[in-house]
Amino acid sequence: MLTMARGPGQGYVGQGLGIADVLAALYFHELRWDPGDLAAPDRDRFLLSTGHYSIALWAALAEAGVFPLSELSTYGADDSRLDMSTLDTTPGVEMIGGSLGHGLGQAVGMALGLRLAGSPARIFCELSDGEMQEGATWEAAMSASHFGLDGMVALIDCNGIQADGAVVLDMEPVAEKWRAFGFSTAEIDGNDMAAVVAALARTRQRDGRPHAIVLRTRPGFGIPTLMAREKAHFIRVDAGEWDALAAELEREGVRND
Amino acid sequence: MTERIFTRAMGVDEVSGVRPTVEAPFGHALAALGAERPEIVGMTADLGKYTDILPFRDAFPDRFFNMGMAEQNLVAAAAGFARTGFMPFATTYGVFASRRAYDFVAIAVAHSSLPVKIVAGLPGLTTGYGGTHQAIEDLGLMSLIPGLVVIDPCDATEIAAATRAAAEHPGPVYLRLLRGKVPVVFQPEGFLFEIGKARLLREGGDVGIIATGFMTERALDAADRLDALGLAAGVLHVPCLKPFDAEAVADFALRCDRIVTAENHVMRGGLASLVVEALHERGIQRSVRRIGLPDRFMECGAVPTLQKRYRITVDDIVASAEERA
Repeated sequence: MLTMARGPGQGYVGQGLGIADVLAALYFHELRWDPGDLAAPDRDRFLLSTGHYSIALWAALAEAGVFPLSELSTYGADDSRLDMSTLDTTPGVEMIGGSLGHGLGQAVGMALGLRLAGSPARIFCELSDGEMQEGATWEAAMSASHFGLDGMVALIDCNGIQADGAVVLDMEPVAEKWRAFGFSTAEIDGNDMAAVVAALARTRQRDGRPHAIVLRTRPGFGIPTLMAREKAHFIRVDAGEWDALAAELEREGVRND
Repeated sequence: MTERIFTRAMGVDEVSGVRPTVEAPFGHALAALGAERPEIVGMTADLGKYTDILPFRDAFPDRFFNMGMAEQNLVAAAAGFARTGFMPFATTYGVFASRRAYDFVAIAVAHSSLPVKIVAGLPGLTTGYGGTHQAIEDLGLMSLIPGLVVIDPCDATEIAAATRAAAEHPGPVYLRLLRGKVPVVFQPEGFLFEIGKARLLREGGDVGIIATGFMTERALDAADRLDALGLAAGVLHVPCLKPFDAEAVADFALRCDRIVTAENHVMRGGLASLVVEALHERGIQRSVRRIGLPDRFMECGAVPTLQKRYRITVDDIVASAEERA
């Protein structure tokens, strides 16, 4: 992700690093999918509702072999497939994200469709704490519960930031809200890989309730300098800083191993 | 003293003329299609009864989904359904499909050309419930969305045929719905509906009336009356606002001395604007008089009263066609 953001000199590195553990657990452990057959009808789907987190998705899809790692350096460049906000024209992208509040409703439709088709496939939909301010999110939550869509998992990235800074409307208590809407709900540290893997495994239960995992994440996770930066919604990095940040990430990675 | 009529929930039959009617042509057409196409699902946002989709629900209860009063989710879920291989027909009122769910229609559906068919009740001035329910600007709004087909059908025959055409079209469609007892203007035998094609109903001369939606029925009645007055009046029916058959409009206008447009919609951003553009682009100079709704929100009242007040009746078309430039 650092390599990607280095091209444009900016990007949603904070959000990307914050959600990276979740995407790693999904794409390399929990999802039943085949990078070589992206249109398989019974594939599990991951919907990235916050399209501007694309930087994390491109990293995961490239790592999985959907497109070459070398392509990552085109992130945000003219005519690149790896846009700053997702379009479904890029291989592996299941919906157009970025108009916040769109993801969960489309997940409901997909879950209804898969159930009607008799498919065992599941839908994992990422959305954010700021996105819970969009009313459509709750329209979708109501219907997911009403229709008993237990093949659907809402992954709520609570990183505490939105465009204007710290979350501008208090959304707490987040987990209680999802429970009240009928979701089987867990709340975990979204940067604790063991906790993420275990929580995803629990969503395999099909008991008539949709699932929600409230993920407490830290923007810029893995790079202390970025984690400390105040305006983390859209990180700008000075040209001279990249090598230092990369070295920090390297050190943190070693420490976490 | 003029008679005071009481507001009813609404019905096209309230204001239709002497023609026979058919009950719920959309719902019956969709039910018939559902038997042929297992991928069709029906969806609504708590307006199943009022958008004539219950015949489909009764035929295919497992393929019908009432999403509750939540039009954004209706359209978002329809997009998700379409992405798993289904073809949703989603019904609500035009005001909600356009004003409330617009971002979802544009981005979740049209941006990816998904096969979602939005069927929108209470078009234009067909309800006495005032600005909350009168979809007076939906044709303009929906026509501005890239790749969305926009249809304003005239009668029961055309609604049934357009429903079938919508199912055969691979992309998204916005179909204005006439519900309840809908007049039959076109004979159903051999009737074909082709998306993007205008229908010449009557050759012009002194005046050419270009109409869409149920205003075409009125245009035909107006043309009969103009004929009796010694004016040769033609009628071109343009059910598709998008794609718009500009060539047919231009050809028709060339054979008429002057043009009257007639639409159940505000007079900007809909049919009249498209006609003027088409003629101007081709250097065709004809005066164009517009019959349509005013640039204002209208009050509650009985539909016949409001349609007279806002000048979309046969009388209004005749008067406009009689005026010389």
